[in-house]
Amino acid sequence: MTSADFSAVLPEVVIAAYAMLALLFGVYTTKDKTAPMLVWVTAALFVLVAVWIGISGQGSIAAFEGMFIDDAFSRFAKVMILLAAAAILIMSEGYMARRDLLRFEYPVLIALAVVGMMVMVSAGDLMTLYMGLELQSLSLYVVASLRRDSVKSTEAGLKYFVLGALSSGMLLYGASLTYGYAGTTLFSGIIATVSEGDIPLGLLFGLVFLITGLAFKVSAVPFHMWTPDVYEGAPTPVTAFFATAPKVAAMALFARVVHDAFGGVVSDWQQILALLSVLSMFLGAVAAIGQRDIKRLMAYSSIAHMGYALMGLAAGTAFGVQAMLVYMAIYVTMNVGTFAFILSMERDGQHITDISSLNLYARTSPARALAMLILLFSLAGVPPLVGFFGKYYVLLAAVEADMAWLALAGVVASVIGAFYYLRIVYLMYFGEERDGLDAGGSPILGAFLMGSAAIMVLGVINLFGVEALAAAAAATLVN
Amino acid sequence: MDNLLSIITFMPLIAAGILGFFLRGDEEAAQKNAKWLALIATSATFLVSIFLITGFDPQDTGFQFVEEREWILGLTYKLGVDGISVLFVMLTTFLMPLVIASCWDVTHRVKEYMIAFLVLETLMIGVFVALDLVLFYLFFEAGLIPMFLIIGIWGGKERIYASFKFFLYTFLGSVLMLIAMIAMYVDAGTTDIPTLLSHQFGSDTFSLLGIQIIGGAQTLMWIAFFASFAVKMPMWPVHTWLPDAHVQAPTAGSVVLAAILLKMGGYGFLRFSLPMFPVASDLLAPMVLWLSAIAIVYTSLVALAQKDMKKLIAYSSVAHMGFVTMGIFAANQQGLDGAIFQMISHGFISGALFLCVGVIYDRMHTRDIDAYGGLVNRMPAYALIFMLFTMANVGLPGTSGFVGEFLTLLGVFQVNTWVAAVAATGVILSAAYALWLYRRVVMGDLIKESLKSITDMGRRERAIFAPLVVMTLLLGVYPSLVTDIIGPSVEALVTDYETALVNADTRVAEN
Repeated sequence: MTSADFSAVLPEVVIAAYAMLALLFGVYTTKDKTAPMLVWVTAALFVLVAVWIGISGQGSIAAFEGMFIDDAFSRFAKVMILLAAAAILIMSEGYMARRDLLRFEYPVLIALAVVGMMVMVSAGDLMTLYMGLELQSLSLYVVASLRRDSVKSTEAGLKYFVLGALSSGMLLYGASLTYGYAGTTLFSGIIATVSEGDIPLGLLFGLVFLITGLAFKVSAVPFHMWTPDVYEGAPTPVTAFFATAPKVAAMALFARVVHDAFGGVVSDWQQILALLSVLSMFLGAVAAIGQRDIKRLMAYSSIAHMGYALMGLAAGTAFGVQAMLVYMAIYVTMNVGTFAFILSMERDGQHITDISSLNLYARTSPARALAMLILLFSLAGVPPLVGFFGKYYVLLAAVEADMAWLALAGVVASVIGAFYYLRIVYLMYFGEERDGLDAGGSPILGAFLMGSAAIMVLGVINLFGVEALAAAAAATLVN
Repeated sequence: MDNLLSIITFMPLIAAGILGFFLRGDEEAAQKNAKWLALIATSATFLVSIFLITGFDPQDTGFQFVEEREWILGLTYKLGVDGISVLFVMLTTFLMPLVIASCWDVTHRVKEYMIAFLVLETLMIGVFVALDLVLFYLFFEAGLIPMFLIIGIWGGKERIYASFKFFLYTFLGSVLMLIAMIAMYVDAGTTDIPTLLSHQFGSDTFSLLGIQIIGGAQTLMWIAFFASFAVKMPMWPVHTWLPDAHVQAPTAGSVVLAAILLKMGGYGFLRFSLPMFPVASDLLAPMVLWLSAIAIVYTSLVALAQKDMKKLIAYSSVAHMGFVTMGIFAANQQGLDGAIFQMISHGFISGALFLCVGVIYDRMHTRDIDAYGGLVNRMPAYALIFMLFTMANVGLPGTSGFVGEFLTLLGVFQVNTWVAAVAATGVILSAAYALWLYRRVVMGDLIKESLKSITDMGRRERAIFAPLVVMTLLLGVYPSLVTDIIGPSVEALVTDYETALVNADTRVAEN
């Protein structure tokens, strides 16, 4: 244990220490009155740390004898997580304050969840992995049931907790099997065992259980059942958070495990991932058609999107990882914008999530409707919007890896999925006259919505350079 | 001018941006400004594109006015035109000012309407000038968004069904093409269209899931491209979205759809299917020829039975596109010349026919054929123009419609006499439905009470039709105007195609 080890985990330490201090501060002061300030400070800290990681990070360090890895891949994921979390925090402040939901624990819990995610993406050992995962999950269980007086919110929290615990159990079982057959929990040790030749049957079982546990976290079909209920029940800002940062962390962790620990037996996990991917894409596309609640709809949409990201991972190549990272970056940006819109859906000050309330929204708020239109077409993957390039990347990765059938399934699912995005466009632009939404809304939410839509349009020029960064990140993971 | 193509392509988009950001208000003055700005922008685009056609050298069969820039993911932003594509660019820039002028009476969300058409123009031109696979796909597919909105917001009663059907049908077709494009990239290592044109894709038979795929990878890719272009054309039996879309779209939307958007399918066959997958094209050409023949006869019969004018013309469009696909897959000089000529000429004629329907729809707000009759008594100028385009649609010698049909039939006759014979009966049927439509709408006594006060075309309407009349007649009597430009490029295409087939045969013989 040297100072180099500590400097590798310094960002995590800083945020963790901040979370404790904020907690103390909240307890010893006037409690919830300081919450808005804490939200802003936390968001600012996230952005600062993201910039710090982005600028200062160099090379690859395996700290604590390989248990904690700081490389371009983890830095890429961390910056994404931090920026997404900061954006969601800023977006949620006004919404929660007006509904009397803004307790000082909220930013603290989010900060702890973010620490957990940062540990997850840096995990070089099954123990680190589990520690990060649980820190994240436990914080999120609480956040999901933040609205204590609402049956739906508490139900969401409980459901999330029970199923999350189940998935943790599977993951732990997989980890113990892996440890039993590999004799080590270090990824670097596991991969050495695996690449010696045939994978022992027990290790294969361990791998399957690990993948199952991770599939729960990314809500890939058939381990997605919790997603729609939790998305619907949790307060909308929390839903927005669930849809962004934790998904990035879980996908990154997924990539880390399959490549760092099981990179030698690509063909063994490739087919599982491909199956998860196909099922997610189709279920996400088909099940969303019947949804009337925009939060449930976005839940299925996120399931479908995870399917596409998994397609990149299923390719099993460095390019596949790069495609997945680019896809996730685009996905997070789109979702931040979309949820900024959902947060601003109000009628007489009440939050409305029924999509039929969007009737002729374009007439009352043309600018916001246009931004949402761009985001929806981008989510559907229609060029020239950036969402298309995300799909193009993963499809290319799949075809290059001789999985044209997977790509074919992906595009067919995307056509089915286009239907429900189009339906929202249809409601906004050519629906019938009915009770609509209030015009206007918070300028902060408007800024996020417009910004995200602008990125979807302008990104066509060069994707804001994400491509090169993702390529560098992927190169450190897969060699 | 090094950036001529970029300027032509993006000028309408810039105008759309100016409209969107700087034009405020919804009162009458703002509406008028929006229309004028759109008209000026599209006219200016046309004027600039004149430099393109005057600077174009028909004898050079390569790509001209090429621009190339680095883009993301190893893709290139590459534009260029050759003899096949240059006229489609001209067709687009020529028609768009007329389209804008034709919606002068629109009052519902005028600014957005203009923006949609301007964006659409950029995307349509982009399709014809893109020299990178993914760039092509980008323009090809993005056109769905404005068209979806045009049908959905400004369309008729059943617009929602029509717009969804239009979008999802064409989207499904094109995503299959996307997979084929990715496979081409993986195979050839580039998305550069000129390079791909000279790349030989594998044509060795292999078996997939127990099925022998004759023509190998080429066949699979050909089918994927076919799925996209056949829907776009549209070919029988995947044409059903077109009548719905046409009937529900506003007049200007129908004009763009019939005159330009349909041509993207034909252009795609010429640019991709035929030159890049010659073996597969040769293999599957009989199928396409017969599908085209069926389309010509079947949709002509369907057109006979229509009660709605727009639907009738929509079915007639499908029939005429049948001649195009037939000509393309005859794969000889006359067939290809005819196909391109037919596309250009159909652009003028079908556009004009939809405008003709629009003229009386604006007055009576119905497209029912039964609601009209005897218009000649009160609208002599309209009767004359409508007659001219009816005749052109039938393919009367002296109009551009004749040249296209004749050349394609000539081309097909050398390849498959039976198909040519069946298709020729379609010409008779087209005369039947078109003349019968004309008789029912225009001829006879004016007995319907509601028509007693109908007025003839105004100055603006005549001005819109004038250029179309001129082009239809000019191309009818002087077809070299088109064939001189496309001839050398088509000749090169045919030669390359035949060489590739011979090469493939010798390779098979060697194995």
